[in-house]
Amino acid sequence: MSFSGFFKGKQTRNASEDAGQADRGIMVFENTSEVIQAERILKKEEWAVRVMGPPPEIQSGCDLVIEFPLIEELNMLRLLEKKGIPPLEIVPVTSPLLQPVDLFHVKDFGEYLMVRAANMKLTVEKATGTIVNVSGGGCPDVPYLAREMVGHKLDEAPSPREIGHTLCGYALQLAFEEMQHQCSQ
Amino acid sequence: MLAITGTVPSEDFPLVSGDITLEDSHIRIRNELIPVNRGTAALMAAAVKTAETIDHPAPFGYLVGDIGRGKGSRILYKYMTEDLPHASFQTLVFHYLQPIVHWHERLQHSLRAMKERPTLIADAGFMYAAKMSGQSAFYDLFTPDIGELAFLADEKAPHPFYTRGFILHDENLVPDLISRAYEHNNASRFLLVKGRQDYLASRQGILKTVDNPVEEALEAMGGTGDTLTGIVSTLIDSGMAIEDAAVIAMKTNRLAGHYARPTPAAQIIDIIHHIPKALSKVLEEKR
Repeated sequence: MSFSGFFKGKQTRNASEDAGQADRGIMVFENTSEVIQAERILKKEEWAVRVMGPPPEIQSGCDLVIEFPLIEELNMLRLLEKKGIPPLEIVPVTSPLLQPVDLFHVKDFGEYLMVRAANMKLTVEKATGTIVNVSGGGCPDVPYLAREMVGHKLDEAPSPREIGHTLCGYALQLAFEEMQHQCSQ
Repeated sequence: MLAITGTVPSEDFPLVSGDITLEDSHIRIRNELIPVNRGTAALMAAAVKTAETIDHPAPFGYLVGDIGRGKGSRILYKYMTEDLPHASFQTLVFHYLQPIVHWHERLQHSLRAMKERPTLIADAGFMYAAKMSGQSAFYDLFTPDIGELAFLADEKAPHPFYTRGFILHDENLVPDLISRAYEHNNASRFLLVKGRQDYLASRQGILKTVDNPVEEALEAMGGTGDTLTGIVSTLIDSGMAIEDAAVIAMKTNRLAGHYARPTPAAQIIDIIHHIPKALSKVLEEKR
């Protein structure tokens, strides 16, 4: 199963087509929380943005950047400034960006269902839709996300997109969305 | 002495350091009580239980609050960078810290400045930072799960989130992933890989595997890797060779999991309470 759809806006493109193309830029933010917030704001306005890994020259740790069509730079910047999270830097894409892991693994335990996205796993009790476990990951928001989400039903739990801050949090968001999809079938 | 460094999921939790004790389902450092659910608290609790069982001194802990913004981690990195050159520990474990490359590098300078080099163990976010910095070989032991092993095996991935698709998180490929991690110098002196089957490996290849008992539900449970790291770190600190400590820890963690009769909804404290019984049995069988 692929989650490439999570990264597509209204002007959808093939990921590999875009990598390294001069019409794309990346927005660099102070931290991953801001990236996640900015992605939410831009996608709400249906901009064609994708969360990607930064090129090696600007990697500093647990980071993400937003890839966007350069031609829309001013409009997007205006919107993000209005929302109080302007990017630290905007640079054109000059080399292929890292692609997030794009596979889900779903495991059925009978009464429970587990979804893994990248290094993060989310487990739900099927009968009640209650999140019973969060595992995997190594960034400090994992224990925090687990504490906030375990014991809540899928449709009532805070989403990692809202309260997470790192790449592990972002991976958990993908597992969370896939679990919602699995449980709605 | 064993020192454990990590974070707890609370934004306003202050930096504390001191001996660690376990009180029911909470660890205590000085006046701070922390619930044991997963993460560094689970590692510390497992270390305390292991130490009690083998009559070894309680571990020492450095903890700070961090919910993923990295603020607490930066405070702890700074503190450790200043404190370590004057400290004396036989074994040091680095755990749930925000992976920040430049802070990892500064910390390495401090580790090199210690009078006696401790045995260095890394897991979770700190292991990510070590790999990202290209300094994995500086460490004696990493304790990855299968997903993290795939990340170590991918020489281009700066975080498990970016592990390339052709490097599959597949249990059957563990020997290949281990070889690849060593080939690109992205592994520590020893690797302890937790999965359906646990592996101990070095640059020479797979040294030992443990696959019994099997509890399927443990895959879903948060914290089972943390307890394994806590057990093996304490055993190493007690003077055991890493090879022996790893095998005993793998067996103990699996047996404690078995004793807990877990479901995918079980919580890690259920397993931690079974560590003394499991460890005693494993040690008895070894005699």
